[in-house]
Amino acid sequence: MNYLFNNLDTVWVHAIEHVQITAIAVGLAILIGVPLGIFVTRVPRLEPYVLGIAGIFYLIPSLALFAVLIPITGLGSEPAIIGIVLYAQLVLIRNTAVGINNTDAALIEAGKGMGMTNRQILWQLQFPLALPTIMAGIRVATVMSIGVASIAAYLGVGGLGVLIFRGMQSLHTEMVVAGALPVSLMAIVVERLIVLLELRLQRNRTYVKAAQEGPEQATAA
Amino acid sequence: MIQYMVENSDLMIMLIKDHMYMTGVAIALAILISVPAGIVATRWQRSAFWVISLGSLGQTIPSLALLGLLMPFFGIGLPVAVAALTIRAILPILINTCTGIAGVDRSIIEAAQGMGMSKGQILTQIQLPLSFPLIIAGIRTATVHCVSIATMAAFVGAGGLGELIFQGVWSGRAVYLLAGAVPAGVLAIGLDWLLGRVEGRLTARTT
Repeated sequence: MNYLFNNLDTVWVHAIEHVQITAIAVGLAILIGVPLGIFVTRVPRLEPYVLGIAGIFYLIPSLALFAVLIPITGLGSEPAIIGIVLYAQLVLIRNTAVGINNTDAALIEAGKGMGMTNRQILWQLQFPLALPTIMAGIRVATVMSIGVASIAAYLGVGGLGVLIFRGMQSLHTEMVVAGALPVSLMAIVVERLIVLLELRLQRNRTYVKAAQEGPEQATAA
Repeated sequence: MIQYMVENSDLMIMLIKDHMYMTGVAIALAILISVPAGIVATRWQRSAFWVISLGSLGQTIPSLALLGLLMPFFGIGLPVAVAALTIRAILPILINTCTGIAGVDRSIIEAAQGMGMSKGQILTQIQLPLSFPLIIAGIRTATVHCVSIATMAAFVGAGGLGELIFQGVWSGRAVYLLAGAVPAGVLAIGLDWLLGRVEGRLTARTT
């Protein structure tokens, strides 16, 4: 613990790097995964294929995924971000699709009866109702990415994983803990924060039953 | 890469063995811990909350950090790797055990009580067998996670396929990277598929 308190500024710098990598990667992952999730609800024929491919990326150990990327992209932030984005797709796509598909059929009928177009039904009914489920997917993806980003440190992108790896190599346990403890705290705090956001989202909906039925994904990096 | 793997087949077999040994021991330990814990948690509702909270806390902590946080207690080598893997494997099995036991149809249990079965008999002859498919599903998730974390075990000197990835990063040679990463990926996908088959067969039998 002494190492942690004596080197707070170093730890802080690495923590900021960690937040940056995770934020960029999760942002990109959401920009790809949520539209893909909506897409597979429009073209259900493709859903098993898209989920199957995303599932394979999810199964591959993250360290191995990075290792396969290195010969293609070289070291650095590129393989780190690509790896995290690929890894997070399954949860994002699946939760988005489940959230949208679970909208109460009666509501959709009512929408049609009111003369809403398909697009209006998607954006004004299904998407808002799916938001809590999508948010749950984003939460799992973010927590996972914080973990995977610490592994990405061995690609030379910085982050709290640097302290963990360096400590492990030199058998400097205190240095390992100085990286491991903050990153664990970060994961736990971020998880709680997004849970609060989810609750707020749910409370804002007057009709939340359909959305609440979406399953949550318990998982880890 | 394939050439390298054939030429060094002894090394490859050893690393894959290491990898599977770690995963196997951790899964076995996790089953021994979480199935009884799951049974206890379904018996005393109040304990369920604590058991699950503790389990999910272990799940939120990043795997690499978990490995690091256990180093002060377990040192380096196989013990710390197995400890981290076991902790990671507990939650999926625990939750599925609880869900499985709690989800057994009330009417079946009442029928068993009517037939004069004791609580212990109901548990071992009805609730547990009916929960098997779900427990296996939990073991499946846990196994995939373990294979993944076991690749990181090389960083704490516990061997496994991560060793080659480690060397590959150091030497900058793609052959090492791929010879470590591809078998690890295949192992994860293969075990997932295999346990999926077992799960499917058990589900077919119990329904």
